[in-house]
Amino acid sequence: GVRGLVTTPSASSPKVCIVGGGPAGFYTAQHLVKTRPDVQVDIYERLPVPFGLVRFGVAPDHPEVKNVINTFTQTAQHARCSFHGNVSVGKDVSVQELQEAYHAVVLSYGAEGNMTMGVPGEDLPGVYSAKDFVGWYNGLPRNRDLRPDLMCETAVILGQGNVALDVARILLSPVDILKNTDITQPALDSLAKSRVRRVLIVGRRGPLQVACTIKELREMVSLPGTRPQMEASDFEGIAKTLKALPRPRKRLTELLLKAAVETPEEKELERRNSAQKAWGFRFLRSPVEILPSADLTRTTGIRLAVNRLESKGEDVWAVATGEVEDVECGLVISSIGYKSLPIDPAVPFDARKHIIPNTMGRVQQSAGLYCSGWVKRGPTGVIATTMNDSFDTARTLLHDMDQGTLDISTVKGGSKEVTALLEKRGVKPVLFSDWEKIDSEESRRGETRGKPREKLLDVGEMLKVAWA
Amino acid sequence: TSSMQPLRADNKVTIYFVNRDGETISAKGSPGDTLLDVVINQDIDIDGYGACEGTLACSTCHLIFDEDVYNKLGPVTDEEMDMLDLAYGLTDTSRLGCQICLTKSLDGITARVPESVSDIRQSGEGSS
Ligand SMILES: Cc1cc2nc3c(=O)[nH]c(=O)nc-3n(C[C@H](O)[C@H](O)[C@H](O)COP(=O)(O)OP(=O)(O)OC[C@H]3O[C@@H](n4cnc5c(N)ncnc54)[C@H](O)[C@@H]3O)c2cc1C
Ligand code: FES
Repeated sequence: GVRGLVTTPSASSPKVCIVGGGPAGFYTAQHLVKTRPDVQVDIYERLPVPFGLVRFGVAPDHPEVKNVINTFTQTAQHARCSFHGNVSVGKDVSVQELQEAYHAVVLSYGAEGNMTMGVPGEDLPGVYSAKDFVGWYNGLPRNRDLRPDLMCETAVILGQGNVALDVARILLSPVDILKNTDITQPALDSLAKSRVRRVLIVGRRGPLQVACTIKELREMVSLPGTRPQMEASDFEGIAKTLKALPRPRKRLTELLLKAAVETPEEKELERRNSAQKAWGFRFLRSPVEILPSADLTRTTGIRLAVNRLESKGEDVWAVATGEVEDVECGLVISSIGYKSLPIDPAVPFDARKHIIPNTMGRVQQSAGLYCSGWVKRGPTGVIATTMNDSFDTARTLLHDMDQGTLDISTVKGGSKEVTALLEKRGVKPVLFSDWEKIDSEESRRGETRGKPREKLLDVGEMLKVAWA
Repeated sequence: TSSMQPLRADNKVTIYFVNRDGETISAKGSPGDTLLDVVINQDIDIDGYGACEGTLACSTCHLIFDEDVYNKLGPVTDEEMDMLDLAYGLTDTSRLGCQICLTKSLDGITARVPESVSDIRQSGEGSS
């Protein structure tokens, strides 16, 4: 092949475009431009701003996690990579049009839908999806007007994964800890007035099945001003199982036992006794119904079904016992999972698993189409997981180029062709240099408040700054 | 202090990295550097290494050691263990490179990069 001979992009170089400017998009692009010296990669992103869930998902008090942005920025500034924000694929341009302009299209558009509980009362004021709640405190434009009511004592979160713990931590953190993060100012103001004192994190299975990771649990256990409050009876017999568990699950369960049932040493006991707020896991419970106030205008509680566990080998599932329990609360946040949505009827979609059906990143029955990240694998795993699976997809794609199963012999128009199409439709992309203007404006606004940045919350305002 | 301890070339510590392809790369660092510093400073090609830039938030700097070397590396904090628990291909002698500081006594050790999740050869078979 031509590999290694051509080092600058030219009309005849292989052209790849990526749909989605989150971690999957950037890591796929990184591997492609690094491994093959002639490939040109263009990233199309719906929002005017890059980085996906690193900007709009990762909690504001986890700035270390956002260091990956530095590497993404290097990729975006690479001579053979370019970023085109403000382009919604499936709406402004179709996947088929992209396929005509590029030798390959990689779908990396994440998981922007969410699972619903499917119980009565789900639409009541006071009930939110974790996805929207997280989007609200992280400045996702479409969640700007969520303005959740935090004037109640108890909040119930359904789900026990890391997102559930992020939400619990944000609800209970001393505002002093949050005020120097990039949390949005409206969210900070609202949290400063919050009356939430107790957060219950509810799961349908038991302590051995919690889905969070130990780092997030440890943060919760030592969160200033809070104490863990759990039901000792939930942990009967758990200590006995420790020895047989694999190391990560064993360490997680040990920490859980320490927080839930062990008598702490004096200093920790003092800390817990002086805490004004509490949090705890509740196990073996599934939502049945959100309980409304008499006038049906707000949430006053949640009815939970009591479960027991059944198992077969490794599989453990919850079975309803028929018993129910009501918990008083004014806020319910369901954190039972994100899910990918189809963006273009021309792309195969598995409506049951909510992913694009693929083998090693090759979209099934679609030559020249690939996928990476959450839309490929489902909405689980940390950024490092997404990184590995994006590298895998890039390797698959490069392999297909080398083998000739991906045809790169024809000359393709690439971004020139797409930009011309977009212009005809009145869509103007936000380039990476335009984003850098938004970036510095946000940093400038943050500086006056002692924050790393104050995010722009409105797409219109983002565009104004980008094109100023 | 420079007169007390002149900077000599042999003050450097040599580390052998075995990358995902089984290739060995030798690199030098100074005492006090972390293994992540060595990978960055010497521009060693390990895909995606050190994503969180040494802040104990990613586990992409995962390395595997021989047992005798592992025992020389010093204590592991709970926080490092927490991140290691998320690492792909975790072993009993795994550590995070950003948490290991070089000392003279580590001269000549080997650090293995864990194999990546899947194998390109497998994907090749699928396509042909
Ligand atoms: C609340 C939350 C907190 C998290 N915290 C952490 C953490 O602390 N540490 C960690 O390691 N991982 C964390 N993760 C996981 C991490 O965010 C994911 O692994 C990763 O973001 C998945 O990457 P992705 O690129 O597949 O999806 P995304 O990050 O969602 O990126 C997809 C991108 O595609 C764009 N897009 C969507 N539709 C279109 C379209 N039609 N046209 C063009 N562009 C489109 C979106 O705007 C988005 O920018 C967290 C996840 C969530 C939900
Ligand atoms: S570089 Fe992220 S944990 Fe070491």
